[in-house]
Amino acid sequence: MPAVSMTVNGTPVTADIDPRTLLVQFLREHLRLTGTHVGCDTSQCGACVVHVNGEAVKSCAMLAVQADGAEVLTIEGVAQGDTLHPMQEAFRDNHGLQCGFCTPGMIMTALDMVRRLGPVLDDHTIREELEGNLCRCTGYHNIVKSIAAGARAMAADDTPRRAAAE
Amino acid sequence: MSATGIGASVRRKEDFRFVTGRGQYTADIARPGQAHLYFVRSTHAHAKILRIHAGHASRMPGVIAVLTGEDFAAGKLGSLVCGWLIHSKDGTPMKMAPHPALPVDRVRHVGEPVVAVIAERADQARDAAEAISIDYEELPSVVDPAKAQAPDAPQIHEVAPNNTIYQWQLGDPAATEAAFARAASVTAIDLVNNRLIPNAMETRAAVAEYEPGTEQFTLWNTSQNPHVARLVLSAFVGIAPEHRLRVIAPDVGGGFGSKIFIYPEELVALWAAKTVRRPVKWTSERSEAFVADAHGRDHVTRAELAFDAEGKILGLKVKTIANLGAFMSTFSSSVPTYLYATLLSGQYDIPAIFCEVDAVYTNTVPVDAYRGAGRPEATFVVERLMEVSARRLGVDPAELRRKNFVKNFPHQTPVIMNYDAGDYAASLDKALALADYAGFPQRKREAAGRGKLRGIGLSAYIEACGIAPSQAVGSLGAGVGLWESAEVRVNPTGTVEVLTGSHSHGQGHETTFAQLVSHRLGIPIDNIAVVHGDTDKVQFGMGTYGSRSGAVGMSAISKALDKVETKAKKVAAHLMEASEADIVFEDGKFTVAGTDKAVTFGEVALNAYIAHKFSGAELEPGLKEGAFYDPVNFTFPAGCHVCEVEIDPETGRTDVVNFTAVDDFGNVINPMIVEGQVHGGIVQGIGQALMEACVYDESGQLVTGSYNDYRMPRAGDFPPLVVDTTVTPCPSNPLGIKGCGEAGAIAAPAAVMNAVTDALGTEDIAMPATPLAVWTVLQRQAHREAAE
Repeated sequence: MPAVSMTVNGTPVTADIDPRTLLVQFLREHLRLTGTHVGCDTSQCGACVVHVNGEAVKSCAMLAVQADGAEVLTIEGVAQGDTLHPMQEAFRDNHGLQCGFCTPGMIMTALDMVRRLGPVLDDHTIREELEGNLCRCTGYHNIVKSIAAGARAMAADDTPRRAAAE
Repeated sequence: MSATGIGASVRRKEDFRFVTGRGQYTADIARPGQAHLYFVRSTHAHAKILRIHAGHASRMPGVIAVLTGEDFAAGKLGSLVCGWLIHSKDGTPMKMAPHPALPVDRVRHVGEPVVAVIAERADQARDAAEAISIDYEELPSVVDPAKAQAPDAPQIHEVAPNNTIYQWQLGDPAATEAAFARAASVTAIDLVNNRLIPNAMETRAAVAEYEPGTEQFTLWNTSQNPHVARLVLSAFVGIAPEHRLRVIAPDVGGGFGSKIFIYPEELVALWAAKTVRRPVKWTSERSEAFVADAHGRDHVTRAELAFDAEGKILGLKVKTIANLGAFMSTFSSSVPTYLYATLLSGQYDIPAIFCEVDAVYTNTVPVDAYRGAGRPEATFVVERLMEVSARRLGVDPAELRRKNFVKNFPHQTPVIMNYDAGDYAASLDKALALADYAGFPQRKREAAGRGKLRGIGLSAYIEACGIAPSQAVGSLGAGVGLWESAEVRVNPTGTVEVLTGSHSHGQGHETTFAQLVSHRLGIPIDNIAVVHGDTDKVQFGMGTYGSRSGAVGMSAISKALDKVETKAKKVAAHLMEASEADIVFEDGKFTVAGTDKAVTFGEVALNAYIAHKFSGAELEPGLKEGAFYDPVNFTFPAGCHVCEVEIDPETGRTDVVNFTAVDDFGNVINPMIVEGQVHGGIVQGIGQALMEACVYDESGQLVTGSYNDYRMPRAGDFPPLVVDTTVTPCPSNPLGIKGCGEAGAIAAPAAVMNAVTDALGTEDIAMPATPLAVWTVLQRQAHREAAE
């Protein structure tokens, strides 16, 4: 079994794994980081989005061995202790979640959106950018609101953060 | 109104764990020594099982056991059941066929579990399952409910000739015929209410554990109603006595009805855990969910509405065929009957109604309650009829509705329901104003200038929620009572635990229920914990569905709080050496009327437990009260949704450009959460109308079995939604709540289709109005015009 090494939420990890292990399985089953969810098997729902080397990826569509040597950020690494990241805070303030299952993927996608497009995001842009994330509870209305508010709050926030969550 | 009391948009207490990835869903649970379960599922819609070749698979790495229907049958466990007994019009009971968790000799739908493989690791179980081959003898199948009763249709169950489960009716046929006989005009329509696949984002999962020393089972399950699951699994299936089965529904990632039911997979997990003496875990893959979770809707209907010369409704006739799939799921029989035909009066004063419903078996996934459950189907019938009638009569659809509204309450309909309160004109007026209904003709002209077809449609829906008065549903065939339970445990330090039989899987009960307690006891919301979803903690409960948790679940809490307050006043009286009758409780303080004596709720809580100020002969120590609340009537949320669409005739694409919802949910505990419920429901409703096609081919294969093919609503499909409320408090429960969870899914499909048909100028299009369907209609029109 091949060994993989990566840094997950700032912590170096190494494990011997079956080569077909998906990154999401590695995170959930080997590291017990169960905040990253699996909502489909065709890489369309986006519940499993994490950041690999600073970019959003669907961790169900990537082998763990492909992330060898990478910096991985999951939802568990976004807050600083009990202090929420402004994007997490925005989801809570704007009722951007109901059952919470799609939420980790939505937040990780939102952070990537801000990284690529900046802090001023209009409704249309956010909706188009959420093409790869499904939610069955909220009708997306408050998710869109949350992301716009979270993006604005990030611009005003000067807390130093882990690279991938900036 | 306090910042955390009733009526405040309090941020949700549960959100911290969800936004930090610390929710605990069933699939997140790992028990020491757990094995993994994977199912071999039927690849045929209808076939005889000739032979199962599992020898090689059982010797593969990690495989612990391979279990078949024969093994299951040897366990002498009972069949899965449908818990609501419907009688046909001839008095005979519904034809419920046996539903073993694993079949012995025949499969009846694609996706039916056939063989269970248990292995050390999930991938090993799956590998072994793929190595199992099954010899089948294919049988002819039927998937279309309209064809299921044909004399030459294949017979799916011996107990149900012509695949007919029941032929049921409601209303007065003679009065309805008489109304039609004197009608000035009749509107007739044929409707298909399309089959839907629920698709909660969390797939179903189960972790089952058996402790041989105590003969105790524990099941962690994605359930909306863990107590009902325990009851069915013990009383009907007999897996364990009720007191030796603990069912825990931890964080559950959406339900929409699909997680109410008792399915084969969790039963097999329990049985397997005992068989292999290991904890057994099953997590559904999404591809399995498409063919294993109960589907929704699937009605074929002919409906006729009779009017007098002034446009007043005289009568309604409805004939529906409802597809219940290959087996009768847990509550399937009630959906197209008592949750459907009883709402056919809509918001209107209709003197005579007659409805006939045939329920049929087909070789498809079982169909059961899905968000709205029967009420979206009823609303679609009534509101499509109203819109089509208005067009036919040449009157404004809003005005035709207004003319026929029920205006006096209580109002007894001809189909059981007694509407207790409402103001339908108020929600209509507010919706028309918010949607700028008056400005529509100008917007239509402007759109035409851009080459777009613009349409507007209304849906003035009603639903029956707060399900339900036990005596009433018992008389209609329900196998259970539909009350709710609550227990309020006050701790010596004055903090409170509320135990509820309701279950939260997105609805935010941990917040709204705490708001009620904060409001009543005057204590901070952070000092209140809401406990739910564990049969070892909560004594009994009926769970969450049918928009019942506010109206019924919170009413039970309110009743328990009444008792807590009564007991606390006794303690306060002893503390302040006053008469109990003089104690006043307000804003978290007990005072003696006419004096400045006061004690806080916390002091009373402490003294209730230290019991130093009263003798055991006078008063029991402690402060803990329970209540069962059984509603006296259904509740009747109602409102008006307005949809405006624009169609691109070149591509057939329909864009929802405006959507306005005005709902009367009675009193609202947390407006932010209520709006969120409405948003979600509307998008599911628009999904049904424009996107979500569940397609079976002639051979019974599900063609739309993944997100590649089943068109889920996405963020880019919608404009911002305009959501508002009107309020007539519900007189039938102590909090005046009606329920809000299903309104969007109930109202939206008719509003959308009324708008689409308005834009197209034809009624001849079925849901979902996909770009292909719309384009096809437009091409047909163009050909017809060219021919003329």
